[in-house]
Amino acid sequence: MKEVAAAPPVLRMTGVSKSFGATKALDDVSFVLGRGEVHALIGENGAGKSTMMKVLSGAIAPDAGRMEIDGRPYAPSGPGDGLRCGVSMIYQELNLAPHLTVEENIMLGREAQTLGWLDRKAMRRRVLESLELVRHPEISPEVPVGRLSVGAKQLVEIARALTNRSRILVMDEPTSSLTQEDSQRLFEIIRGLKDQDVSIIYISHFLEEIQRVADSYTVLRDGRSVGSGTMEGTALEDIIQLMVGQKFTQLFPKVAHTIGGPVLSLDRLKGTRMAAPVTLSLSKGEILGVAGLIGSGRTEMLRSLFGLDAVEGGAIIVSGAELAGRRPWTRIRHGLGLLSEDRQGEGLAPALSLADNMTLSDLSPYRRRGLLSPTRQRRAVAVLIGQLKIKAKGPGQKVGDLSGGNQQKVALARLLHQKASVLLLDEPTRGIDVVSKSQIYEWIGGLARDGKAVLFVSSYLPELLGICDRIAVFHRGVLVESRPTSEWDAAGLMAAATVGRASREKPTGQRNAE
Amino acid sequence: MSRQHRTRLGRALNLFGPFIGLLLVIALFALIPEVQGRFLRAANFKSVATQSVIVALGALGMTLVIIGGGIDLSAASNIALASVITAYAVNAGAAPLVAILLGVLTGGLVGLVNGGLVTRLRLVPFIVTMGMMGIARGAAKWIAGNQKIDAPMTWVNDLMAKSPRPSWLLLAPGVWIVILFAVAMAVLLKYTVFGRHIFAVGSNEATARLCGIQTNRVKILVYAVSGLFCGLSGVMEFSRLTVGDPTVAVGLELDIIAAVVIGGGSLSGGEGSILGTMVGVLIMSFLRNGCTMMGWPNYIQEIIIGAIIIIAVAIDRLRHRSE
Repeated sequence: MKEVAAAPPVLRMTGVSKSFGATKALDDVSFVLGRGEVHALIGENGAGKSTMMKVLSGAIAPDAGRMEIDGRPYAPSGPGDGLRCGVSMIYQELNLAPHLTVEENIMLGREAQTLGWLDRKAMRRRVLESLELVRHPEISPEVPVGRLSVGAKQLVEIARALTNRSRILVMDEPTSSLTQEDSQRLFEIIRGLKDQDVSIIYISHFLEEIQRVADSYTVLRDGRSVGSGTMEGTALEDIIQLMVGQKFTQLFPKVAHTIGGPVLSLDRLKGTRMAAPVTLSLSKGEILGVAGLIGSGRTEMLRSLFGLDAVEGGAIIVSGAELAGRRPWTRIRHGLGLLSEDRQGEGLAPALSLADNMTLSDLSPYRRRGLLSPTRQRRAVAVLIGQLKIKAKGPGQKVGDLSGGNQQKVALARLLHQKASVLLLDEPTRGIDVVSKSQIYEWIGGLARDGKAVLFVSSYLPELLGICDRIAVFHRGVLVESRPTSEWDAAGLMAAATVGRASREKPTGQRNAE
Repeated sequence: MSRQHRTRLGRALNLFGPFIGLLLVIALFALIPEVQGRFLRAANFKSVATQSVIVALGALGMTLVIIGGGIDLSAASNIALASVITAYAVNAGAAPLVAILLGVLTGGLVGLVNGGLVTRLRLVPFIVTMGMMGIARGAAKWIAGNQKIDAPMTWVNDLMAKSPRPSWLLLAPGVWIVILFAVAMAVLLKYTVFGRHIFAVGSNEATARLCGIQTNRVKILVYAVSGLFCGLSGVMEFSRLTVGDPTVAVGLELDIIAAVVIGGGSLSGGEGSILGTMVGVLIMSFLRNGCTMMGWPNYIQEIIIGAIIIIAVAIDRLRHRSE
């Protein structure tokens, strides 16, 4: 491990506090970042990580406390000022202009110019320099960013930060939408940056990943720094304990459930965007996990199954009868419910209230003579809010105001409200905090106990291993393998997802680490 | 290889797509025997060019606004106001150049107010400029005393003369002014930092702000430039009519917006080009011209132009999907 303690710290934050109204978002937080250090910032959603990073970037001013960069006082007046002092943010939601090219995006706001005229040659030189570090087959200076994959976009953002000669890089959930391959590439780039003495603040919900890339960690809880140290010799369980305080008992709560007769079968189902036909069956009270890399065809299968993409061939059989309709609303009538992987773009209407979002797929109980009764709608929703432990002001609050975890619960509540008996969940825990995750696992277990069938698509292997009865794996559009969970381990799943075939050996003793 | 091929094809389509539409329209009328002779004459092309000047100037500014993710519904009212101001100044005995400047600056001022309201009050451009549409129109009528303002003939009226003096100009001075500014705006969009920032703001405003671009300044400037072009367009309107008419150009803002959209501009921002816009203007002008020659009534023209707008945007979407 690098000797970070000997070098003078690149960044020192001392006693930083920030309140929004009555809530203390940051309470006397101190933080030290060494040269060439990768420092993980860990905490639940709402723990104060993003506030802290906004203070660092200059987007908001702290109420109290000091910051120093290289021992010199640092008090940025705005994001532009932070950038000039060498602090770059790579945000979770990608911040690129889709119509502009890679080069234009990288140089945005810092165009080489003479009296307002662009100096294209100088810009091209600098862009090529920074692209040298983030090599990716899709990326070249003239490609419009809108055509790149998510992973490539993320690398463009990193290249932008590099062009800025940033010495402090903040990465907020950088791998949340990356494929395994792109994540590996990112980790390599991070190692390269470390060698160039760039310091990185790394925010992620994936603790295993943090263990791999970070030198040290700081845990925030309720706006306070509750612990920090070097990554080496620290167990993940201890970090989780720090994150959640006392309230945390078990990440994967076990809910006993019995598997009944088959309720859904796909017989050589082939949708327009599916690479190959899929045959699959799901029983009452069963949780079937679906693993695979991003883009391996899992989402496409769910979309065809739910009628969002057209079906070219094969059959969908629900409770013994073949589905005839083609559209989502007919699927909903047969008891299917889909949770979209794209919460913001597709899953929820952020500007509408909790009540409207939860009841949108079935408004019939609140309709009398063509008119809706908002009172009864809200009364019903209030019950669901309690059931799913959603933190909100009430049924009338806008969904867009909630945290990620609570938004996801609203999306799940809709499936509950429409009384779906077959739930198709696409990455239900992506980008949400550990406690919400755990609650969602418990809820999924409860559904199985009540005799519902769950198809659970996830890129996060521990959760698949933790709660599923059976796991199927996709590789390049083909369902390659389906086995009971007890016959899988993380390595086997990864092998099946990346190579396309599973090793036949039995897994070793422990099922999953976390 | 195929990917590169496709992008090259896409780029070619981007560049020439609008031209194909224009050639189709010209070919259509050139093939109809009844109008062929008159339609294909150089004099007709000249008059189409002159008829395009007013919409073209408005559309130059509108292109910037639309690329920047905004809209300017007050354009036509602004044109009327500027024409009234110009007439008023000429009538009051001001030197023609002073009158022209006053007209142009009036337009610029209206644009500046639009930009200020959009940025400072954080109002949607649609609402702000719709309000301004009424305000500018009302102000024009008020200043003109609710009637036309007569003004003595000056060289200002030569700007839109179909047979220009001196004759070596070939085209009306107004047409040359459009060409000059079109080149200037195309260069501005492609080769200046300001131009790049307009695209950035229209493509993703949050990103632009994050990259340290002063988005408000960009937007205010864009609306001001659009206003200046409306002012200049108003001067041309006065030059053509020889009077200041506060009721002129009603609904013209939609023609202007249509020209930008036919030319590949996206109402959600980030896309558009000056060349495309100019072709869009010409498509509409040639259609009007051809329909008039055919003796088709006005309503037929309206239906055809309406259909053209929808078809143009539909083709644009198809092109994007194929990329």
